[in-house]
Amino acid sequence: MPEIRNFTLNFGPAHPAAHGVLRLVLEMDGEVIQRADPHVGLLHRGTEKLAESKPYNQSIGYMDRLDYVSMMCNEHGYVLALEKMLGIEAPIRAQYIRTMFDEITRILNHLLWIGAHALDVGAMTMFLYAFREREDLMDVYEAVSGARLHATYYRPGGVYRDIPDVMPLHEKSKWYNDADITRLNDNRGGSVLDFIEDFTNRFPKCVDEYETLLTDNRIWKQRLVDIGIVSPERALQLGLTGAMLRGSGIEWDLRKKQPYAMYEAMDFDIPVGTNGDSYDRYLVRMEEFRQSNKIVKQCVDWLRKNPGPVMHDDHKITPPKREAMKGDMEALIHHFKLATEGYCLPEGEAYQAIEHPKGEFGCYIVSDGANKPYRLKVRAPGFAHMSAMDELTRGHMLADVVTVIGTMDIVFGEVDR
Amino acid sequence: MSDLLQSLSAHITGALTSKIKKTDVALHELTIEVAPQDLIEVAIFLRDDEQCAFEQLIDVCGVDYLSYGDSEWDVGGSGFTRGVKREFSFDDSELDADKPEFEGKRFCSVTHLLSIKNNLRIRIKVYCDDNEFPLVDSLVDVWSSANWFEREAFDLFGIMFNGHPDLRRILTDYGFSGHPFRKDFPLIGQVEMRYDEEQERVVYEPVSIESRTLVPRIIREDGRFTRNKNINDANVNANTNEVGK
Repeated sequence: MPEIRNFTLNFGPAHPAAHGVLRLVLEMDGEVIQRADPHVGLLHRGTEKLAESKPYNQSIGYMDRLDYVSMMCNEHGYVLALEKMLGIEAPIRAQYIRTMFDEITRILNHLLWIGAHALDVGAMTMFLYAFREREDLMDVYEAVSGARLHATYYRPGGVYRDIPDVMPLHEKSKWYNDADITRLNDNRGGSVLDFIEDFTNRFPKCVDEYETLLTDNRIWKQRLVDIGIVSPERALQLGLTGAMLRGSGIEWDLRKKQPYAMYEAMDFDIPVGTNGDSYDRYLVRMEEFRQSNKIVKQCVDWLRKNPGPVMHDDHKITPPKREAMKGDMEALIHHFKLATEGYCLPEGEAYQAIEHPKGEFGCYIVSDGANKPYRLKVRAPGFAHMSAMDELTRGHMLADVVTVIGTMDIVFGEVDR
Repeated sequence: MSDLLQSLSAHITGALTSKIKKTDVALHELTIEVAPQDLIEVAIFLRDDEQCAFEQLIDVCGVDYLSYGDSEWDVGGSGFTRGVKREFSFDDSELDADKPEFEGKRFCSVTHLLSIKNNLRIRIKVYCDDNEFPLVDSLVDVWSSANWFEREAFDLFGIMFNGHPDLRRILTDYGFSGHPFRKDFPLIGQVEMRYDEEQERVVYEPVSIESRTLVPRIIREDGRFTRNKNINDANVNANTNEVGK
């Protein structure tokens, strides 16, 4: 009688389906997983430690690099925590801009998620479709902040600048001929808001396209239905948040329950699942596409009608206008002090959470009254999701691990910090 | 919101009396302080009590209070000093010899809870008694999500969690030594690595760079950054209640 025993399989750290650098040590009985031990931390950069050595504003850029597919949402969590401790509030126009960009970011994040998730499970087309729309939103990022990915656009007290009146146009190059340029610039004739509105008008049809590819697709359903089931009780115990929690049927969304920015004024719904499997979470996120699109539309309407300041006018905390600095001594001193020393937060501590595309993203700041955080702790949703990996994959086949990684929407920038 | 937190705070102290060392409502957040030996009992109460119902553990993190309130630039006196003089040595004990011994409790484990049923949050702070061997009871049996958060606090701060099923390092490299988020761990690290051609392997050596201060750490107490005073100041004395000792 041959001896039968489990064997250990090493998955990653550079596996294409691991969404980054994840090393999974899997204990297998044949093709069935007995135990999964994720080794994370291969992308640990010590963001929180670095933040302790820098004035508050210099760490905003680090927030972009946490979850590098939903940049502005990370900034929002950090900036809100700072504003809470400083006791200031951004002007209402800045709040609308933040709400709009949070939702644009949510669409960006979910586009990457659906592209990568479908690619892992075997549907190549989805990835190409998703990146087509992502490109437009990346251009919006670039138009307002100058950067396609790491925007550093939100600042304590508002946003870096108002939305520009002109949407940048494509230029002729050796890759694009005249016909290409006319086609590419077709909807870029107006302002950035015009371009965003045009996007919101065509995006629901794009989501329909994604759904025709996947929702009733036999292979997609075979790979997702009943994979990685989480009961509502276990979802709470495991610290799951965001779509992972809503997929299990718990109606919980910080945008509704603990509103921040302008979410209270927005009309949108929270989709919830019933079975708590990967397919339900897929459906939840697909509906979030449509709801986010609806919010963006409402923000565009408001922003068109209501001009106003986008930055707090307290120059002890926010930099003065560039023109003012040329002629006004006080403005120059304010700028100098902000650039060389920054501002101090009052002694105390605060935790501020936002509804990040992946779940609850929170910043816990301890301040001893200095111009740098004494301790900054970033609560990343993906970290808690990753820790549920063992429970979600146990008893499934090896191929289902890939589905579970996809459904958790893991990005290692935030898990490893 | 603050009234709600005040009544919740009164409810918790009423039920657990001397087990709650301190409660504080600031910035619309409720903080309670608990002794390490009482943590599990308080946690189970907070989870199971109807008025609390904190079903979800959102976060556990460590804080090292070693250099709390230290500034690198004295702004209190008259005149100015320029730049920061920083002594540097690969052997920390050389520098620490003339430093006064740290008094008080150095390590703190901070837990954030969320109640979905009641839409409430709470923060539990537990100060570890022993600075050399900080020890707290593990919350894994109360909330499963504590598992990785406690591993992280152990890895980065060296806080030990009693009863944790699998207290391994999580974020740092295999074979890493030290706890990098402690305040006496230098930002530049202690070792660097390179490939040695003669030995034909990767070697670790003490770091060859010097740590620098780009922007000095400054504490300004003249209140120039204080805004919107009504959030805190009016109620600050009324809200901080020392219970017991």
